[in-house]
Amino acid sequence: MSKSNKAGFRVSRSGPLALLQDAGRFGVRHLGVTQGGPADLHAWAWANRLAGNPWGTAVLEITFGGLELVAERDLTIALTGANLGVRHNQQSAPMWRTMAIRAGDTLTFGSPVNGLRAYLAVAGGFRGDTVMGSAACVVREQLGGFDGLGTSLSEGDTLTVNEAESTPADQIAPESEQRDYRQTTTLDLLPGAQIAAFTGKSLFDAFNSQWQVDQRADRMGVRLTGPALQCTIGSLVSEGISLGAVQVPPDGQPIALLNDRQTIGGYPRLGNLTPLAASRLAQCMPGQTVRLRAAGIDSALRQHRQFLHSLR
Amino acid sequence: MKPARLPCLERAGLDGWMVRLFDSIEENNLLWLTALAKECEAAFSDTLVDLVPSYTTLLVVFDPLRITPCEARQKLIEILARLKPAEAGAGGKLHELPTWYHQQTGPDLQRVADLSDLSVESVIEAHSSREYRVFALGFAPGFAFMGLLDEALTCPRLDTPRQKVPAGSVAIAGQQTAAYPVVTPGGWNLIGRTPARLFDRNREGFSLLRVGDRVSFVPVDQATFEAQGGDTTATDRELAK
Repeated sequence: MSKSNKAGFRVSRSGPLALLQDAGRFGVRHLGVTQGGPADLHAWAWANRLAGNPWGTAVLEITFGGLELVAERDLTIALTGANLGVRHNQQSAPMWRTMAIRAGDTLTFGSPVNGLRAYLAVAGGFRGDTVMGSAACVVREQLGGFDGLGTSLSEGDTLTVNEAESTPADQIAPESEQRDYRQTTTLDLLPGAQIAAFTGKSLFDAFNSQWQVDQRADRMGVRLTGPALQCTIGSLVSEGISLGAVQVPPDGQPIALLNDRQTIGGYPRLGNLTPLAASRLAQCMPGQTVRLRAAGIDSALRQHRQFLHSLR
Repeated sequence: MKPARLPCLERAGLDGWMVRLFDSIEENNLLWLTALAKECEAAFSDTLVDLVPSYTTLLVVFDPLRITPCEARQKLIEILARLKPAEAGAGGKLHELPTWYHQQTGPDLQRVADLSDLSVESVIEAHSSREYRVFALGFAPGFAFMGLLDEALTCPRLDTPRQKVPAGSVAIAGQQTAAYPVVTPGGWNLIGRTPARLFDRNREGFSLLRVGDRVSFVPVDQATFEAQGGDTTATDRELAK
């Protein structure tokens, strides 16, 4: 059954980065095509839940703010993730809950108050151009998004929305799920890869230091600065890299690799952040501090399955 | 660190295993990796999310809601116990990539020459006189990892990657060579540029080069390079800083 689709929003002012993201592009990584998808899986999943959409529906990921949208018709939406000082007309817009807006209403994103990336879901879902099975927008690869070419939203763009099958019930995310991204956080890392090749002191430093989130942070990866880590292996034959991998280039400063990472790389790695830890890191502002904690597979898996069971 | 006993399985997050078959690059690795990928597709069926083969490894990514890491590991152990290499000689296509080797398009030519104690001319000769095998696609859409490079040319990656490497750039690092299909950051040594279109989303199969294909780089002059649509924009060395 094909759903009818209509203009949902018009972009009246663009911001630094606003990308359409479904769950990601899978099954093509052997062609060197990356995963894409939401940098913060947790907030993205909640946006869809609150808008009454199934897992995987395309959502708008707004980084830093700056964007202004005008509703072209009455819509049910949900805003989650970072508080970017969003205003609904003149009022402060509520976060983490189902919300009705009217044709002609404006949503104006300001600047980061708490976190870095906001998620805007609309009941029925945004309609993107599917490339290799996904609408996930990857700027570096020029794939996906509204136009299929991986472009960030710009002024004058029209965002098409699928007709919702029914109006979703009003919901509010539990308080415990409404994250405060300003807190110093501890990120769970599953040891693996070349962790045994790091020096003892470096392993101590990795898990007992405060790491500062660097300016060099994007959807590919987030660089952490702190004590220089030393690995007895300089570079490797390139091999596949999965989400959250923490690689250490020769300068000793780790880089946590996120959704738009290169699919193959040759720097030694400590292991992988869990998907939810990678999501959490994606909300950190440059200058924020984080800690790394070696996590066990059982508790990490339990936590992740619980998350997927409740929202997928 | 002692070398690991191979094959071995290394945890790659909560939804992946890295299957390490070899510790060095050999053309025959490809036959085993191809067979392994095929077996994984059959055994994991729709619990499989992605398979990422590379020179010596296969990264297996699965759906953690439908199969546990423990179950996935068991499947892989069973596959490895009965694994046989794919038939040799299922030869890939041969591609001849025209390449303009020059300081303007290959700003690391001199660095490579210095590191390998060769003249720039000898570097070009050594790189273009071999046929390479595509071992993996990765890093960027259609980016083909090729080997093996003449040992004399072996040189490390740049300590700090460039922010922008122009499309078509022909590069080497370690025992590997490649051509960049799209503009991307990169840490390899740039020695020239090809006008060939390596990735096209509208082309069947998307990528010009596929795993198992054979590739040679054919030196051409600037006029030929430009006539074939090559981009002569100089690579900014300062971007490496």
